[in-house]
Amino acid sequence: MTADVSIRNATKSFGTFKALDDLSLDIAAGEFIVLLGPSGCGKTTLLSILGGFLEPTSGSVFIGGRDMTHVAPAKRPTTTMFQDYALFPHMTLAANVGFGLRMRGMGRGSRDEKARGYLDLVGLGQDARKKPHELSGGQRQRVALARALAVDPDVLLLDEPLGALDLKLRRQMQDELKVIQKRVGTTFIHVTHDQEEAMAIADRIVVMNRGRIEDSGSPSEVYMRPRSHFSASFMGEANFVHATVADVAADEVTVETALGRMRLPKQSFPDGAAASGGDVTLCIRPEHFRDDAAQGRSIHIGEARVSDVAFFGTHHGCSCVIEGGPDTVFKAHLPQTSDPRPGSTISLDVNADHIVILAAEPKGD
Amino acid sequence: MKALRTILSIAYAGAIYVFIFLPVVVLVLFSFQDGRLPVPPLQGVTLHWYGEIFSDSRLMSALANSVLVAVVSSGISCLLGFLAAYGLARYTLPAARLQRALIIAPMTVSTLIIGLGLLSLFGALGIFRSLWTVGIGHVVINLPLCFAIIYGSMGAHQVNVERAARDLGAGEWQVMLLVTVPMLMPSILAAFFLALTFSWDEFIIAFLLSRFDVTLPVEIWSMLRSGLNPKTNAIGSVVFLVSILLLLVMELLVFRKPRRAS
Repeated sequence: MTADVSIRNATKSFGTFKALDDLSLDIAAGEFIVLLGPSGCGKTTLLSILGGFLEPTSGSVFIGGRDMTHVAPAKRPTTTMFQDYALFPHMTLAANVGFGLRMRGMGRGSRDEKARGYLDLVGLGQDARKKPHELSGGQRQRVALARALAVDPDVLLLDEPLGALDLKLRRQMQDELKVIQKRVGTTFIHVTHDQEEAMAIADRIVVMNRGRIEDSGSPSEVYMRPRSHFSASFMGEANFVHATVADVAADEVTVETALGRMRLPKQSFPDGAAASGGDVTLCIRPEHFRDDAAQGRSIHIGEARVSDVAFFGTHHGCSCVIEGGPDTVFKAHLPQTSDPRPGSTISLDVNADHIVILAAEPKGD
Repeated sequence: MKALRTILSIAYAGAIYVFIFLPVVVLVLFSFQDGRLPVPPLQGVTLHWYGEIFSDSRLMSALANSVLVAVVSSGISCLLGFLAAYGLARYTLPAARLQRALIIAPMTVSTLIIGLGLLSLFGALGIFRSLWTVGIGHVVINLPLCFAIIYGSMGAHQVNVERAARDLGAGEWQVMLLVTVPMLMPSILAAFFLALTFSWDEFIIAFLLSRFDVTLPVEIWSMLRSGLNPKTNAIGSVVFLVSILLLLVMELLVFRKPRRAS
């Protein structure tokens, strides 16, 4: 089963600290949503409010069109998959997975059968008689998933479920989670601070910071067209350049920066930011310096002296300083085949369409 | 030099064990004395005195009383200790630290003081001394112990497991009975058996608070008043044997269990 979720103006205060600040979010039925943000951004608080473990200070939560704001966890069409799995240590896997069905009054025979079906789904059908302590971390994680899905929730809440796994297993489980989500069709709301994980599994990423939503969209939208400074810097690396709008033409905007004058496509500007004299921030991803100047209109950023190089397999990561520009260090990713050396000079060019223009950050933020 | 050190440390360790176990060995050994006095020399080996105690109806009813008081008072101590631990660990209570300290406090008070206090309290309330009052006294001394053991084993991980149970539809009683109690079973059993051994050979409270029906230690004490006798050695050996058995059961049931978290 599946249901849509609507959070309306949710605020949650702990004393004077606002963990959630007037947050609204609509989630479609069957969507795989990832709440992404640093620790303390409110993502886990939001998940707890959806699961019923916390009540918002104000605002409301609707699941499948019904007001669930003050409904206890047991009575909600949601289940939670906890970070530490929270399996019942004294029960077999079958009993763990069947627990929710037992609470719903299902008889032993049919619930064992159904539990077995869900254990099969996560590839542990053979281990139904084992106890949790006999399993590896990844296997326990699968049991937790099977247990949460066994009661046919409309919405599954995942609280950093992959956090305790090593990197390789985590990547593997991401794929499995996504496949299982597509198969069961349940709405998944997944909390993480790992942006790679978020991009790997999400239909839609919701970037959170300080109890608010900073950005939301498909992984490529959030990465390629971030809507805020925070979102751009949290999702991967980015170079930021302050700019002032000098002239606005029909489809082009000229900006003045410490690196010189640049003409940028007008559609790159957020609404209202293309007013003459306005302050904006240009955001350039390090890998965009690799662009072939032949594609589209290229902007020459400048010649840069390489101060530091590291090889990452897919690219060389360079730190460099623009000659004649400010002292800020630029990050540039050069192709594997290039051979940048510290002290050498490279030419930085970027496709005009790839530059993201953000509203200027308030000073001191 | 090294050999000498080894010999000295072996001798020292041996002396300690002799010091600890010699009285028990003497007690058990002379319970088999074929004679009227449980003192050296050993005049021969007989099971006569064991026959005597098992056919002594007063001793046997005292033994049954002891078992009854130990089992019931330990059960009640565990139940109350568990409930107190659950409440203090899971809910935010006013003055929680003070409440915790107050529950544990009787552990530091001597049993003599507790016994005297209960004696005058029961007197003032007009409650007659009986096995019930002995049982109440044993709950008073064992409850803090049971609480401390069970409370100490309640961790944050279990809170999440309980949340998971609630999330899957379990009511509060179901959470407690199907999840919390089974998860804490090793420490609950440890508390129960420890309380059992303490109650089993507790004398002062049992002496002060009983009257016609008495527990085994009190009965042994009244036997001792009529002088030493291999029969007292025999019943002492039985008490010792039961304590050892309880320890073994505890070891097997509780401490051998793999205690890996889920």
